[in-house]
Amino acid sequence: MEEVLEKYRTIQIEEVKVWFKAASVSDFPTDGGACVKYKNKQIAVFNFARINKWYACQNVCPHKMEMVLSRGMIGDEKGIPKVACPLHKKTFSLESGENLNGDLESIATYPVKIEGENVYIGFSD
Amino acid sequence: MKNIIVVGNGMVGYKFCEKFVANEAAKNFQITVFGEEPRPAYDRVHLSEFFDNQDAKALEMAPAEWYSENNIKLITGERVSDINRSGKKITTAKDREFSYDYLVMATGSSPFVPPIKGVEKKGVFVYRTIEDLEGMLAYAAKLKAEKPDAKAAVLGGGLLGLEAGKAVLDMGLEPHIVEFAPKLMPRQLDSRSSQVLKLKLESIGLNIHLSKATNQILGDGKITGMEFGEDDVLDVDMLIVSAGIRPRDELAKACGLEVGVRGGILVDNTMKTSDDNIYAIGEIALYNQMIYGLVAPGYDMADIAVRQILGETNAVMPESIDMSTKLKLIGVDVASFGEPFMPASKGHSIIFENKTEYLYKRINVSLDGKKLLGGILVGDATDYSMLHQIYLNGMAIPENAAQLILPISDGGAAFGDVMDLPDEAQICSCESVTKGQICSVIENGEAKDLGDVVSCTKAGTGCGGCKPMVADLTNAKLKSLGIEVKDTICEHFDYNRQDLYQIIQVKGYTTFNEVLDNHGNGGHGCELCKPVVASLMASIHADTANKEYAIQDSNDRFLANIQRNGTYSVVPRVPGGEITPDKLIALGEIAKKYDLYTKITGGVRIDLFGATLNQLPLIWKELISHGFESGHAYGKSLRTVKTCVGSTWCRYGMDESVSFGIELENRYRGIRAPHKIKGGVSGCIRECAEARGKDFGLIAVEGGWNLYVGGNGGATPRHAELLAEQIDNETVIKYLDRYLMLYMRTAKPLQRTAAWQERLEGGLDYLKEVIIDDKLGIAEDLEKEMQTLVNKFECEWTQAVNNPEMMKRFSHFINSKEDDDNLVFVPMREQKMPEPWSN
Ligand code: SRM
Ligand SMILES: Cc1cc2nc3c(=O)[nH]c(=O)nc-3n(C[C@H](O)[C@H](O)[C@H](O)COP(=O)(O)OP(=O)(O)OC[C@H]3O[C@@H](n4cnc5c(N)ncnc54)[C@H](O)[C@@H]3O)c2cc1C
Ligand code: SF4
Ligand code: FES
Repeated sequence: MEEVLEKYRTIQIEEVKVWFKAASVSDFPTDGGACVKYKNKQIAVFNFARINKWYACQNVCPHKMEMVLSRGMIGDEKGIPKVACPLHKKTFSLESGENLNGDLESIATYPVKIEGENVYIGFSD
Repeated sequence: MKNIIVVGNGMVGYKFCEKFVANEAAKNFQITVFGEEPRPAYDRVHLSEFFDNQDAKALEMAPAEWYSENNIKLITGERVSDINRSGKKITTAKDREFSYDYLVMATGSSPFVPPIKGVEKKGVFVYRTIEDLEGMLAYAAKLKAEKPDAKAAVLGGGLLGLEAGKAVLDMGLEPHIVEFAPKLMPRQLDSRSSQVLKLKLESIGLNIHLSKATNQILGDGKITGMEFGEDDVLDVDMLIVSAGIRPRDELAKACGLEVGVRGGILVDNTMKTSDDNIYAIGEIALYNQMIYGLVAPGYDMADIAVRQILGETNAVMPESIDMSTKLKLIGVDVASFGEPFMPASKGHSIIFENKTEYLYKRINVSLDGKKLLGGILVGDATDYSMLHQIYLNGMAIPENAAQLILPISDGGAAFGDVMDLPDEAQICSCESVTKGQICSVIENGEAKDLGDVVSCTKAGTGCGGCKPMVADLTNAKLKSLGIEVKDTICEHFDYNRQDLYQIIQVKGYTTFNEVLDNHGNGGHGCELCKPVVASLMASIHADTANKEYAIQDSNDRFLANIQRNGTYSVVPRVPGGEITPDKLIALGEIAKKYDLYTKITGGVRIDLFGATLNQLPLIWKELISHGFESGHAYGKSLRTVKTCVGSTWCRYGMDESVSFGIELENRYRGIRAPHKIKGGVSGCIRECAEARGKDFGLIAVEGGWNLYVGGNGGATPRHAELLAEQIDNETVIKYLDRYLMLYMRTAKPLQRTAAWQERLEGGLDYLKEVIIDDKLGIAEDLEKEMQTLVNKFECEWTQAVNNPEMMKRFSHFINSKEDDDNLVFVPMREQKMPEPWSN
C-alpha cells in the first residue's frame, strides 16, 4: 500500500513545470473541496473562501490510505488552515501538510493558482 | 563526549531516552539504543488495542524520527548478544561492536511458558509483542474459516490472562480460561471478589476452569485439546499461554552480572547493578527482591538511572513501591490497592457485596479506624482514584468508614473533593505527576485547559487510568482561580450548544458565516463547530442537509455513511420495519444491479454497502421510483422506530404497535437533533420491540400506552424511564413532541437522550413537571416548534436527485466521470467487502 504514497511529493512553487488546468472556480464548493484527477494522481483541492485562498494536497489519507481527504471539512486550528479526514478526523495543515492531531507522516501539498475563471494546480511532471 | 548504550527499546528503555534528553547536560552524551524487535518502542500496556485496528503506528511511544531529532541512535531489529565488561564493549547478533561508558539494561521480560508436554504445537501462542498478536489474528482467521465454532483457551487467569480472554472473545472464538489456582487474579483479589468476577465474566460468555493443572497439550502437530487429568480433557483449537513473566537476563548471566535466584538483574536503590558502569531498569531489574510487572515503577527506575548518570547521586528509588492497579476487563472494572488482603491482626475489613449486580467492594481499615490500608473493587471502580489517593497520602477517613464504599443513596460516597488532596498527592503514577505540578502549570498560565495540562505535564498519557481525576482536578483548579470552565463547542466559539441554539433562533441566522462572523472568536471554523451549527440551523429552520453542504458532517454532506474504503452505504427508510414483498424485490434487484453488499441491520431494515460516490444518486433515483425515501442512517436525526407485530397478528397484542410505530417514524423523520434518536413500540409487556432500550419507547398496556424516555443501547446501555402511564395516542404524541424538542434545545453536541436525561438537574421528576404539568409554561411553544418541523419535512434524497446543481457533488472527481481507481474489493460469502487495511 505504501507505494500509493510515493506518488505524492510536496511541490514548491519554484519547482512547478506544469500548471494543470483542473476546473473552473464555480465547480468548487465555497469553503470546501473536491478531487482532481491528474495523470495517475488524485489531488484534493480546497476553496478556502473565508480567507480567500486555495489549497491542494494529496487525496490519500496517510492514516488508512484511502482516497478521501477532498471530502473532509476544512477550517483552522489556532490560525493554521487545516483539513479533517472524513474517516477518523485526523487533521492536516493545508500549508505544511503536517498532521496536527497525531504523528502521521505529513501529506504532500501542491501550489494552486487562479487565472480568470480557472483553477490551476502546479506539478513538476 | 561519553557513550551510553541502552539494551532494549521497550517502554522503559524508551522512557530512559525521553527523560535523558530532557536535560541540558544530555548534549555531552551520545545515546545508542538497541532493540531486538523490528519497530521502535510501543505501548505494550495498550497492546490489546491492536486487535481493534491493527494500527501498530498508533501504539508507538514516539516515531522513529523522534530519536534522530533528539540525537539518539536507534538500531531496531538487532539483538545485543554479548557484553564485554572489562573492555566496556558490546557485540550484536550482526557481529558489530560498540563501546560504552555506561550501559543501561532494559531488556524487559518474556512470557513464561511452563514445560508442559506439547506446548511447541502449532496454535499455541504467547501474548507480549505485536508479532504475537499478528500471529494470533492470522491463525484465528484461518481457524474460523475452517471451523466456525472454534474454541480458544487461555492458560492463566491472572491480569494478563483475562485480557487475553477478551482478545479471544473479540476474535470471535469461544473463550476458555484455565487457571491453576482456585481463584481468578490470585495476586490481586481475595476469594469472594474473585468469585464475583468469575460470575460476571461467565455472564458475558467466558468459560472459566479453576484448579486445573494442565498435563499435556493434545493434537497431531497442531493443538486440538488440553489434558488435565486422565478423563479430564478440554477440546480447544488454539491456546494463549499467559502464565507469568521471566526477566530476560540471559545476557547479564553470561557476562557475570549478579542475578537473583529466580532471575532478574540485582540492583540497588540507585539502579546500579553489581558493575558500577551498568544500570538495569524496568522489568529486568530485581529491586527489593522483586520484579515489578508494571510500567509505573519502571518509569521511576528510568528516572533514577538518568539522574544518577547525570551525577545526581542522592536520587534513589523509594523503599516501597505502590502496586495498586485498576483495569477494565471486558467491560468489568477491577481494582486493588495497598494491601488488598490483610490479616485480622492488622486491621479490620469492611465488605460490600451484591452478587446480582456483580459488585464487590472491600476496604481494609487500620485498627484505630483512622487510616485506609488497602482494598479491592470489582464491578464498579469509580471510587478507585479517590480511595487510592486517600491510601497513598494517609488522609483521614470518615468515622463510619463504610461510607467510603456504600452506594450513594445509602449515605455513602461522603468523601472527597480532589482539591482536598495534599499537593504531593500523586495523580498520575505512570508519569509521576503530582497534584501540585498540575495546579502550578494552571496557576502560572502555562495550561488553560485539560489538553494543555496533559501536554505540559504528560499526566494521563501512560495507562490512562487517572484521566478522569486529571480532568476533575483541572476543572476544579480553573474554577478556584475564577476561570469559568465553559463547555464551549470548540476554539472558535465561546458558547455551548444551548447558547448557540438561542442565538440562532433569536437572530434567525441561516448561514454558518453569519454565525461565525457575529459570534465567533475571529477564526474560520472547524470540523467540530461546523456540523453543530449546521444541525442547529436544521433543527430551527427545518433545512435539509442539502443546504450549505460544505459545513455538514461528512456523512450528511453526501447523505450517506462513509465506509472503511471511502465508499458509502445506502439505507432507505422502512417505517416500523414493515415492507411489502414488491419493495423487498426492488431492493434486491437494485442491490444486484450495482453489486452492493446487502445486510439486515440491527435497526431492522436493509443496508446496501459499497456504493461509490458516483453511484449514489443513480441508486437513489431507482429507489425513489419504487417509493423509498431517505432513511437518514447518516444523520443525527431519527433512525428507526422498531416495532413488534402487535395486535395485528400476535395473540398477546394489546394494541396496533406497527401502525403507531409507522405513524411516529413518519412524524419525526428527517428532524435534526444533537444526536441520533431511535424509538420502539411494543404491543405488550413481553417487549419484543425492545422499546425500553430506545430514546423513546411505548408499551401497550390495558387502557393505553406506557411512555418511556431516555433509553440507550450502544456503549452505555440504559433502560428508558417511565414518563407517563396508560395514555392515548394523541397524548403520546403531545408528550413526545415536548420531550424531543426540549432535548433538541438543551442537550450538548452528540449527547444522546440517555446521557442528557441522566445529567438533567431534577431528573425524571423535573421532566414530568415540564412535560406533563407544564411548569415552565413552554409546552405549547415546544409543540408548535415540533409541528412546524413536521410540516416542513422533505426527503433530502428526492430533493438532491431532482436538482442538477445539488447532484454535482456526487462525483469522485471534479474533472472526470471515472470512479476512484484505488478501490479494491475482495469476495466474501457470496458477496464482497473492501480489502482489509494493511496498516
Ligand atoms: C448498520 C448498523 C449495524 C448493522 O450492521 O446492523 C449500524 C452501523 C453503524 N453504527 Fe450503529 N448500526 C446499527 C444499529 C445500531 C444499534 C441497534 C438499534 O438501532 O437498535 C445500536 C444500539 C442502540 C442505540 O443506538 O442505542 C447502535 C449503536 C451505535 C452507536 C452507539 C450509540 C450510543 O449512544 O452509545 C454508534 C456510535 C455513535 O453514534 O456515536 C453507532 C454508529 C454506527 C456507524 C454510523 C459508525 C460509523 O460512523 O460508521 C455505523 C455506520 C453504518 C452504515 O454505514 O450504514 N451505532 N447501532 C445498524 C444500522 C441500523 C439502521 O438501520 O439504521
Ligand atoms: C498485554 C499486556 C498488557 C499489560 N498491561 C499493563 C497494565 O495495564 N499496566 C501496567 O502497568 N503494565 C502492564 N503491562 C506490563 C508492561 O507492558 C511492562 O511492565 C513494560 O512493558 C515493561 O517495560 P520494559 O521496557 O521493562 O520491557 P519491555 O517492554 O518488554 O521491553 C524490553 C525490550 O527489550 C528487547 N530486548 C530484550 N533483550 C534484548 C537484547 N539482548 N538486545 C536488544 N533488545 C532486547 C525486547 O525485545 C523488548 O522490546 C502489560 C503487558 C502486556 C504484555
Ligand atoms: S457497525 Fe456499529 S458495532 Fe459494528 S463495528 Fe460499526 S460502529 Fe461498531
Ligand atoms: S483514514 Fe484518514 S483519518 Fe483514518
